[in-house]
Amino acid sequence: MSAALLDVQNLRVTFPTRTGVVEAVRGVSFSLGRERLGIVGESGSGKSQTGRAILGLTPSPGRVEAERLEFDGRPLLSASRAEWQRLRGGRISMVMQDPKYSLNPVMPIGKQIVEAYRTHVSATRKEAEQQGLRMLESVQIRDPRRVFQAYAHELSGGMGQRAMLAMMLITNPDLLIADEPTSALDVTVQLQVLGVLDQLVSERGMGLIFISHDLRLVSSFCDRVLVMYAGKVVETLEASRLHEAQHPYTQGLLNCLPQIEGSARPLPTLQREASWTQ
Amino acid sequence: MDPTTPTPAEERLGASSAGAILRGGVRLLVSVALTFLGLLLITFLIGRVVPVDPVLAMVGDRASAAVYEKARLELGLDRPLLEQFWMYLEKVFSGDLGTSVLTANKVVDDIARVFPATLELATLGTLIGTLFGIPLGVLAAVRRGSLSDQIVRVFGLIGYSAPIFWLGLMGLLVFYARLDWTAGPGRLDIAYDYIVTPETGLLLVDSALQGEWEVFGDAFRHIILPACLLGYYSMAYISRMTRSFMLNELSQEYIVAARVKGLSERRIIWGHALRNAAVPLVTVIALSYAGLLEGSVLTETVFAWPGLGQYITNSLQNADMNAVLGGTIVVGTVFVGLNLLSDLLYRLLDPRVRMRR
Amino acid sequence: MTAPASGTLKAWLLTDAPASRNQARLGRFYRGWLSFQTNPLALVGLGIVLLLVLMALLAEVIAPYSPVVGGDLRTERLLAPSLEHLFGTDGQARDILSRILYGSRLTLMVVALVAIITTPIGLLIGTTSGYFGGWVDSVLMRLTDIFLAFPRLILALAFVAALGPGIENAILAIAVTSWPPYARLARAETLTIRNTDYLNAIQLQGASSLRIIWGHVIPMCLPSVIVRVTLDMAGIILTAAGLGFLGLGAQPPLPEWGAMVADGRRFLIDQWWVPTVPGIAIFVVSLGFNLLGDGLRDVLDPKGGE
Repeated sequence: MSAALLDVQNLRVTFPTRTGVVEAVRGVSFSLGRERLGIVGESGSGKSQTGRAILGLTPSPGRVEAERLEFDGRPLLSASRAEWQRLRGGRISMVMQDPKYSLNPVMPIGKQIVEAYRTHVSATRKEAEQQGLRMLESVQIRDPRRVFQAYAHELSGGMGQRAMLAMMLITNPDLLIADEPTSALDVTVQLQVLGVLDQLVSERGMGLIFISHDLRLVSSFCDRVLVMYAGKVVETLEASRLHEAQHPYTQGLLNCLPQIEGSARPLPTLQREASWTQ
Repeated sequence: MDPTTPTPAEERLGASSAGAILRGGVRLLVSVALTFLGLLLITFLIGRVVPVDPVLAMVGDRASAAVYEKARLELGLDRPLLEQFWMYLEKVFSGDLGTSVLTANKVVDDIARVFPATLELATLGTLIGTLFGIPLGVLAAVRRGSLSDQIVRVFGLIGYSAPIFWLGLMGLLVFYARLDWTAGPGRLDIAYDYIVTPETGLLLVDSALQGEWEVFGDAFRHIILPACLLGYYSMAYISRMTRSFMLNELSQEYIVAARVKGLSERRIIWGHALRNAAVPLVTVIALSYAGLLEGSVLTETVFAWPGLGQYITNSLQNADMNAVLGGTIVVGTVFVGLNLLSDLLYRLLDPRVRMRR
Repeated sequence: MTAPASGTLKAWLLTDAPASRNQARLGRFYRGWLSFQTNPLALVGLGIVLLLVLMALLAEVIAPYSPVVGGDLRTERLLAPSLEHLFGTDGQARDILSRILYGSRLTLMVVALVAIITTPIGLLIGTTSGYFGGWVDSVLMRLTDIFLAFPRLILALAFVAALGPGIENAILAIAVTSWPPYARLARAETLTIRNTDYLNAIQLQGASSLRIIWGHVIPMCLPSVIVRVTLDMAGIILTAAGLGFLGLGAQPPLPEWGAMVADGRRFLIDQWWVPTVPGIAIFVVSLGFNLLGDGLRDVLDPKGGE
């Protein structure tokens, strides 16, 4: 296992609301090298907020606290704005769920990719354009020129997400956080986008945090899996050892996955215990 | 299936964008034409409601019965209403808005003479409003809830509540009477009359073009106060809308994505958020201009500004219905035109709308 | 419905399980009021509006002098503000404070009448247009667009020019030009529920269109229309004052605030209070309605605001 790229100890994310303080993330700890980590959980489990906290993008008025939150040895909680602008996009990147919303609608795709590149690499516009086109090819877009000049709403979901990948990986970051990258796509398109993601992550030896609600998907894609419930990590396991899950929540999730063999009536449902939130 | 070749739907999108623009444009023009016709119908009907007998207004009350009857036939008042309306339309479209009872000129000539003054004022006012309104709105949105936000909102609130004629008077009291920073009512000091030959009718432009810098200075000293007055109201509206649009944009996902890319705050605000907010903002600016035309009516009265607004109110006080209605038609037309312009601009600037249908 | 002792009135209003429709309605109203109270500016707005109403009602009692009969034209013209004349006197030796107080009646009358005339018209046209759709919609919306195509003041000017000056004609002119936005708004709201299942269900039950519109569609449009009307009142006051300033509203010697500013205009430089004070009155009342409307919007229709 490679040296730790990301070290998270006791991460807490809280939001003050009119009815009290909501704890979205309650003491999450893990460390990550150049490997693939999956974070699985349902809505409200805190998995997305964990990802955003790592990038310092917790929406205000949220507060982030941790005993340790370090990237490549650098503490993130005390990072200055300039440091964040260097880290974000340059060394840590994020791909979000729906390219319809995460791409600027009034700017051509190419311009957005070039912008991402030139923020971190000094290059002329021509050089950046060339690099952008090359990047679009590497995400298997067959007509990169056309996509370069297109707007976000002209692209299909799969193309948009691949363009997003191109935009976020053109600067060769060390760590990629993928926040539900395929949840907005059709199943067939999902596989294709995942294939592209797989290839890029392997080729560049990046660390990957894959956030999703889909346990099976995550376990097939990642090396390790973190299962989150109500803001806490209830279980950590190797993806290959999923069937050895100890925690009843994980077991419940596994049970809910439909099987081809065996009768599934009545359909199993998840019985939640109050003790899991402690 | 090759995911990179465009689907048939996408093919249609790209190829027919020219056709779509044309179709959308034609539909828009038809709509505008209908509205314009309705506008003329209303002014026509208003003209018929006048309790003053238009024939009497024309021939005077000492005319004989024969003269009266002749004039009545001439005006076509014996024909059915629909036919009268048709005649009215014919006249309007041939550029004849009647004759002013007061000045005995053709109304179109009178209006052509006074309109540039209002144009100059409204344009300068909109410029001021945009120049100050947009940055203030951005500031208020970015620093939401802070003191600057509150101040900007209070500024705006005053703009929505203060009567423009009163604020104008206050401006004259402070800046003209007490501080002597600006000139008094009127467009130009009498001493400077007739030095500049009117080319565009816009004093600032004409005097600059002809190198008459003293006249320019005096014209400026006269226009600055009413322009700032109108500009203030424009600014109140524009800053409020800018703030609203910016707040909307800043909460979108693509802004988060821009932050993820490591872009500077400045680039995110101006290059991304404002770029998106600019689309509806352009229509706001066009509407603000239209609003200033309305505001100029009262402003011109306070500042004795020889523009269209004063023309209408003067005619009104002298019961010169032709002039009033003529002026109403002109203002209404400009209004419709500006609305049309803002609609077209919106379609042109928003790539999503450009491609639809 | 049994009314409980006043101590538990609050609990009764806020209960989660109202026993009658009226209880639910009152409870909703009370909750709205609580929310409204948290906004200090909105309370200021409400205070100003209430003050206006009070002034109008009690003008006869509070006003120290007559609003139309002046004092001695030789010695009491254009007096500066003092203890005897809190806002001074005008060019006809009339006490300005009294004129302002009586003028509030005119202001209130204009606002109330315009609201009463335009709201039903706007609601009716908007809901009918949105509910029936088709050519009814096209025709009505075309009509609305035509009226919207005019700037309000100019159209009101044209009307008053035709009908003659006077406060009734001014009210009519303003009303005629003010209804389009409400029609638009009502139509938009109607369209959102036009195809909902519950509306279709009522139709299937055989309810007539009139009953549906009156009993279901209009109540749904009411909150946003009310907010809009309140916010518009500021603009209506300003338009009415503008007409008054041009001499087209209430005729002298009625103490209409806009006309007072116009009258006092020639005294601007030396006796500045004569035109200034009525203008401040217009400003404050307009501000009050704006604040009130903003507060109402935050309570009733938060998504429609900023």
